[in-house]
Amino acid sequence: MSGSGRFEAYDGHEEHDRDGDGDGYGYGYGHGHGDHDEYEDHRDGKGNGNGRGPGNGNGRGNGAGDKQGPPDEPPRIPMPRSSVEDTGLPLPDPPPSAPPPSPPTALVLEHGVLKSLLGAWALAACSPEETTAVEEHLGVCGACADEALRLREAVGLLHPPESLDLDPTLRTRVLESCLDRRPPRIPVPAWAAPYDAEAARLDALLQDIGDAEWHTPVRLRWFEGDDPTSRRTTVAGVIAHLLSVDGLVSLALGLGDPLGELPAGTATPAARTEAFWRASHFPPTRSVRAPWREQSHTLVRTVSFAGGGSGQLSVPYGDFELPLQDSLLDRAFECWVHAGDIADAVDYPYGPPSPAHLHEMIDLGARMLPGALAARRRAGLAGPGRARHLVTAGAPGRSLRLEIEGSGGGEWLIPLDSPGALASADHEVAHVALDGVEFCRLAAGHVSPEEAAAGQNGDRAAIRDVLFAVASLSRM
Amino acid sequence: MAKNDAPPRWDRKMQQRLARGEAAALGELYDRFASLVHLLAHRVLRDEQAADDITGEVFAHVWENPDAYDPKQGPLRSWVATLTHRLAVQRLRQTETAALAQGGPGTAEDLERKVRRASVAARADYIVTAMPVPLRTALDLAYFQRRDYRQAAADLGVTEDEARRRLRLGLQLLATAHDSGPSGAPPEYGGAR
Repeated sequence: MSGSGRFEAYDGHEEHDRDGDGDGYGYGYGHGHGDHDEYEDHRDGKGNGNGRGPGNGNGRGNGAGDKQGPPDEPPRIPMPRSSVEDTGLPLPDPPPSAPPPSPPTALVLEHGVLKSLLGAWALAACSPEETTAVEEHLGVCGACADEALRLREAVGLLHPPESLDLDPTLRTRVLESCLDRRPPRIPVPAWAAPYDAEAARLDALLQDIGDAEWHTPVRLRWFEGDDPTSRRTTVAGVIAHLLSVDGLVSLALGLGDPLGELPAGTATPAARTEAFWRASHFPPTRSVRAPWREQSHTLVRTVSFAGGGSGQLSVPYGDFELPLQDSLLDRAFECWVHAGDIADAVDYPYGPPSPAHLHEMIDLGARMLPGALAARRRAGLAGPGRARHLVTAGAPGRSLRLEIEGSGGGEWLIPLDSPGALASADHEVAHVALDGVEFCRLAAGHVSPEEAAAGQNGDRAAIRDVLFAVASLSRM
Repeated sequence: MAKNDAPPRWDRKMQQRLARGEAAALGELYDRFASLVHLLAHRVLRDEQAADDITGEVFAHVWENPDAYDPKQGPLRSWVATLTHRLAVQRLRQTETAALAQGGPGTAEDLERKVRRASVAARADYIVTAMPVPLRTALDLAYFQRRDYRQAAADLGVTEDEARRRLRLGLQLLATAHDSGPSGAPPEYGGAR
């Protein structure tokens, strides 16, 4: 339902209710105005017919001696309350005792209409005239009085939803404890766990956002060459992007492509995303959530059946390939990064992955760095003369020590001269220290290499190359 | 919530996958029901940690006893809700009984009343999550947004008759939360669907 803010003013009655003794409702529906002619029919028909004559002693009859309600009580006015707790007592306050300024014009309504108004009446959602008419009727119609009481009690059971935000770490804890108690016959491969966890985390965020928020603008940011680039979309557009690119993994596993038939030359993540965005006649809405989630569940399920060995299968990304296990790690990383984009856009808190998963993601980035450095050299982005001498594959070469601090951190030696070279502590020429999340922000293209908060020591040019290479790992 | 209308086929397949020992199925089960389980447990126990614990117990129970659920008896969602309710109320009673035994305030009757109230509140929450969306939306407008039924009708694009009908029916469904048995008895969660 809605936020607790709206809850505040409405149900003052619940606070000052009766003593909760179950049946002694100190609230009389009858008002002692049985002499209103227009209700005679109902009183006779209903009251006698069901054996509930007036004044049947339960406080709901129309006994003339009822002390509670003055004959012409004003419509109940919602009162402020101090707390949303303790809503277990459902009936309203006795109406204010001050006499109303002027009684609303008497309304003559048929029994069927009055009965149909009971729900609205119980929720104080009728006009003052209708409220008066209903309450007069309750004095003479036992059946309606019974229902009115029951519905009023039900109103007390309406609660604003409490925070739906489950502790995001609960999922992993619960699942692990289950699997300890009964080991699975078909486990989820360890390398698929980060993807499983990140998709679940994002889905929990999506569950909490309203329809309108799906159209909140989001700017996707990444690096092309050494330059920051961005593309404007919406929350729903981001999910469409994740759906499109996760589809590369689906394709590699022989599952259907969520994009259906695509024109040739649309194998890269960016091309697929643009194709998806173009193909839909309307901007994406929250309806993309279900297919995205279904695909992520299907992927986890499929790799579970394929077994851990399937991690070596190759997933083509158009201009490069990744083994399936790295590809799912990359998808987990993207899922987190874009979940962060969405969370920022709709102003939700969103934390980093679990330390173990964060470590895996950083490790993937570190392993991709030598290739990224080589690509920069090929593109002429790395200064000339960087590799003073060619290093034989497998031979130790100049290396940079990447120290990642914080949870999920660790140390990596990055070979600088070629992807085939062996990293070597003896040939360390530089040392860079970065916080784990900062490293990921850099690898996601969310912070520029110049601005990344990195402790540096050693060969400046090597450090610059590596930081730019980290940024070059980002893509749409 | 489309999830409420998941076909029984999903329930049946889920049960088979759990029985087969498929860890991915357990994850999907959690993704579908964890927020409901936690909501109900929290409504009964009013404590985050205790609700987390019950959530763990519920999924462990389903995972360890996948055959305890019989798709013919009703939807998995109701079954999970009933299980949650039973475990949470049991926990509440234990905690309260222990507190009472150690000289805590209140009487045995207070305890019963508290358990009863928590039980009804959790059942009401479940009914709200499970009731047809149009009814829930109408209640939301009238109660939380304080729209009168004519405004609600206009907001929803339905007749005033229909708005009145939805409010009344919604409350009638909600009122069945009081109908469960003696305090703490597992309610029949299926009825609200």
